[in-house]
Amino acid sequence: MIQYFKNIFIAIRTILVGLKLTFKHLFVRAVTIQYPDVKLKLPERARNRLYVNIDDCIGCRQCEMACPVDCITIETVKALPNEDLGVTSTGNKKRLWVTKFDIDISKCCYCGLCVYPCPTECIYMTDVYEFSEYNRHNLIYHFSNFTPEEAELKKKQVEEFELEQKMKKAQKPAEVSVNNPGASS
Amino acid sequence: MLIASVIPLLFILVYAVVILWVEIKVASHVQDRLGYMYTGGFHGWAQPIADLLKLLTKEHITPVNSDKILFTLAPVIVFASSYAAYAALPFTSTFIAANLNVGVFYIIAITSFVVIGILMAGWSSNNKYSMLGAMRSVAQIVSYEVPTALSILTVIIVAGTLNLQEICQMQSGGLFNWFIFKYPPFMFITFLIYFTASLAEVNRTPFDIPEAESELVAGYHTEYTGMKFAMFYLAEYANMFLVSGISAILFFGGWNSPFGDFMSGPAWGVFWFVLKGLFFVFLQIMLRWTLPRLRVDQLMYVSWKVLTPISFVNIFIVGLWALLK
Repeated sequence: MIQYFKNIFIAIRTILVGLKLTFKHLFVRAVTIQYPDVKLKLPERARNRLYVNIDDCIGCRQCEMACPVDCITIETVKALPNEDLGVTSTGNKKRLWVTKFDIDISKCCYCGLCVYPCPTECIYMTDVYEFSEYNRHNLIYHFSNFTPEEAELKKKQVEEFELEQKMKKAQKPAEVSVNNPGASS
Repeated sequence: MLIASVIPLLFILVYAVVILWVEIKVASHVQDRLGYMYTGGFHGWAQPIADLLKLLTKEHITPVNSDKILFTLAPVIVFASSYAAYAALPFTSTFIAANLNVGVFYIIAITSFVVIGILMAGWSSNNKYSMLGAMRSVAQIVSYEVPTALSILTVIIVAGTLNLQEICQMQSGGLFNWFIFKYPPFMFITFLIYFTASLAEVNRTPFDIPEAESELVAGYHTEYTGMKFAMFYLAEYANMFLVSGISAILFFGGWNSPFGDFMSGPAWGVFWFVLKGLFFVFLQIMLRWTLPRLRVDQLMYVSWKVLTPISFVNIFIVGLWALLK
């Protein structure tokens, strides 16, 4: 019986405590922000869209091998001896033409595993996160400066050069050095 | 007479649009967020109007095996009974749509019509969740009619008349003539009982099992779309103001100003009545966002084992006191 009245008073008291709390919260400043008018500042090392500085890429393919979802596709062409590609900003000599460097950004899982292996630090994560496209194929980013025709051209040049080298080697018969003291060349 | 019947309807429509905005804004700020911000510029004031237009232009979907006549009639009955009760409310000293000598009795009787409408809605939806929601709602409303009627009866004992306009006139003359301060503290207890029981009458949290958004999808109005759903929605808000208005009239002086003669007059009467009604509506909204929902057995416990015995004891003591005075 006493418990019955105690329950009633506890109920009334807790309702009043709850009302006081919600009333207090009516005047607390809202914690939400009005995106897209206001945007939060991202932390310094936030991992968002990838960027490749293609002038620094030496075509080592370390990032392609490190990617867990295989979103990086790289094709390189060996440079001919007479072509000088220059030096990257970190001092490495470039020896390969990077004819195709595609990142399918829709597959990228933003793990950042491709950033560390790069010897020249040319691939890194920026703080851009608003890059939606209407067409899905626009999400495959082409970082290489070569058009497909130029890439074909380069490949043909290298093939021709290789062919020439083979021909030269075929003309010069292979000198068989036999340990024959009496024979003359 | 036509004018007198249109004025409460206009009031309900304007009030519903305003109170929709207020409810969402209060709900958001209680949860430390912003709520409506976009439509119309300043804090989304035009959003309820946009919602209303959206509801008006939606298609009326009727479930396949439903009872079509009942399905169409249910929202009409729910809204019409809630609107009909506004006829007996005195908005000010010179305006009351129907000055009935049995005003209070009429209001209690008409608000019981809502039960039939809800039951029709639940049954004709041909949906087991709607049926469950409707049955729970009927059980709830019927059980909470008893403390409501008893607490109103307590006020009638004090007032001596069923006419709402006369009840308001008896409370004129300042703050301490209001009925809530008579026979302290029993009238205050009566007000608490009436407020709690009327929360259950309008299916409002913590008694919103019939609508139980997370349990029964939307309870008895799950299958309703477009204008029919808007009718249910409108009826709920109209009911909220109705019970707030009645508690303002019976306990807090209706259209009387608390300062006696200072801000009183026929025009001021509307202001005070609407202000008091809106204050209790605001209290109902705050309670919705403070309290969790009661389980069905807890609901029945509160009604039959707490509110009804206390209101019986209350009416006995107030009656005895009034007699011995």
